[in-house]
Amino acid sequence: MGRRLDSLIGRGYKISAMLSKRLVVCLDVRGGKLAKSIKFVDTKDIGDPIAKAREYYEGGVDELVFYDITASRENRDIMINFVEEVARQIFIPFSVGGGIRSVEDATRLRNAGAEKVNVNTAAVKRKELITEIADAIGSQSAILSMDIRKVTPTKEMPSGYEIVVNGGVTPTGIDALWWAKTGEELGAGEMVINSIDADGTRDGYEINLTRMIADSVGIPVIASGGAGKPGHLYDVLTEGHADAALVASIVHYGEYTCRDLKEYLQGRGIKIRMNY
Amino acid sequence: MITIIDYNAGNIKSVQRACAEVGVPATVTSDPAAVAKAEKIIFPGVGATPSAMAYLGKTGLDDALKNVFKAGIPILGICLGAQIILESSEEGNRKCLGLVAGKTVRFKLEDKLLKIPHMGWNEVTIVQPHPLLDGIKSGDEFYFVHSYYPQPADKKDVYAVSSHGGDFCAALGSRNLFATQFHPEKSGRLGLQMLERFTRWDGALTA
Repeated sequence: MGRRLDSLIGRGYKISAMLSKRLVVCLDVRGGKLAKSIKFVDTKDIGDPIAKAREYYEGGVDELVFYDITASRENRDIMINFVEEVARQIFIPFSVGGGIRSVEDATRLRNAGAEKVNVNTAAVKRKELITEIADAIGSQSAILSMDIRKVTPTKEMPSGYEIVVNGGVTPTGIDALWWAKTGEELGAGEMVINSIDADGTRDGYEINLTRMIADSVGIPVIASGGAGKPGHLYDVLTEGHADAALVASIVHYGEYTCRDLKEYLQGRGIKIRMNY
Repeated sequence: MITIIDYNAGNIKSVQRACAEVGVPATVTSDPAAVAKAEKIIFPGVGATPSAMAYLGKTGLDDALKNVFKAGIPILGICLGAQIILESSEEGNRKCLGLVAGKTVRFKLEDKLLKIPHMGWNEVTIVQPHPLLDGIKSGDEFYFVHSYYPQPADKKDVYAVSSHGGDFCAALGSRNLFATQFHPEKSGRLGLQMLERFTRWDGALTA
C-alpha cells in the first residue's frame, strides 16, 4: 500500500510513515567561534556557537550539527569541553563532526553528550572506521558525511560525482555513489550529502545528487549545501527525497528563523514538528 | 533528589543534565543499596537487552528495582528502561524484570521504505490520561531511537502510542512505574516538561 502510493505521488509523501522531516542547522565551529564558509574557503567568524545553538533549540530546530572546520586540516583534537557545554544547554539530538579519526574519538564525543558523530576524511582514508564506530556506539550514531563535487563522468566515476576530503579541498577520484553505498554496507546509520558546488551559493540544494543517493541507500539522508530560501528546503525534501534539510547561513544571518522555515514547509504539506 | 540508575547502558549524562535543567539534582548510581534508599528513580538506557540484563543481574540491581517498585517509589523508565521492565524481550530471547506483564518485540515492517531503527521525531497519541502526560496534546512529537518496542499484555497498561508501519506502545505504566519508549531528555521543551512533572509525581495515578 505504502509503496504503491509512493510510486504514484513520490517518495516525499510517505503516507504510511509517520516520522517527521527534520530541519537541521549546521554550525561550523573554528576555535570555539561560529564560522560560515563560502565554498569552503573564505570563512569569517559570526558569533558564539553555544548561544546560537540555544537560540535555534528554542526556535524549534529538530537537530543540530557542529562541524569543527579546522580539525581535519590541522590535526586538531575535538573539543570535548565544547560538546559537554552544548549538551548542558540543548535537549534535542545533535551531532559532531570534524577530525574524528578513531573509535576512541567517537566514543568520547558520544559520552560527552553528542547523539551522533560524523566521519568524513578519516573514513575515506580507512573505511573500517565506520564499522568500528557503528559497533562501539551503534549504527544509528555513526553518520557518514560526504563532501561531493560534480565532475565529468568517467569509467572510475560513473555517477559524475566525486568525493572530496580535508574540508572540501582534496579530490579523491572516488565515485560518490559508490562511496555512499559502501558506507551503508559498512554500518553508517545516516548520511550527510554536502554539495561543494552548491555550498554557500544560496541557489538551492543539488537535487539530482541528493535524490540519486537517497534512492540508492536504505538509511536516512540529510541534504546539505545551497539553501537560500524556504522553497529550496521543500524541493530537496520532496523531489530530492531527503529525510532532512540542513541549513546554515540563511538562519545564521537572521534572514529566516527556524519557525519561518517550518511554517513554510508545513504550509506546503510537509510533516514537521511544530509544537516545541 | 532523583536517583538515576547506571547499568552500563549508555547516555546517562544526558538524563542527568535534563534533570538539572528542570531544577532537580540527580545522582547516578550502580549501587543496589543506593537504589533501595532512593526517593525517585529514573531507569534510562540505550543498548542491547542481553548485556543490560546480565549487568543488572550481576550487580543485584534487578532485585533492587523489583523491591522499590513494590515499595511504591516513583520510577520512570526510558527507552531500554521501558523495555526490560516487561517479562521478556525478543532481543536475545531474554527473560527480563517482569514488573509489567508483556514482552518487548522487534519492528516487523512490510513497507520497505520504512527503516529500522525507528529514529527521529514522531507523533505521540495519548490513549488514556496519566499525571506525567498532563499538558501533552495528541500529535505532539517526541524523539525516538529504537528497533524494539514494549508490548504490554494488558491494554490498560498502555498510555500512549505512536506509529511506524503500524501502532506501537510509546508509553506504558503500572502503579508507581511509568515508562516511555521515546527520550524525554532529547525531546526539547515537551520532554523536559514531562521530566519536570516526574520530579513532582508521588506515584499515584490521579493528579
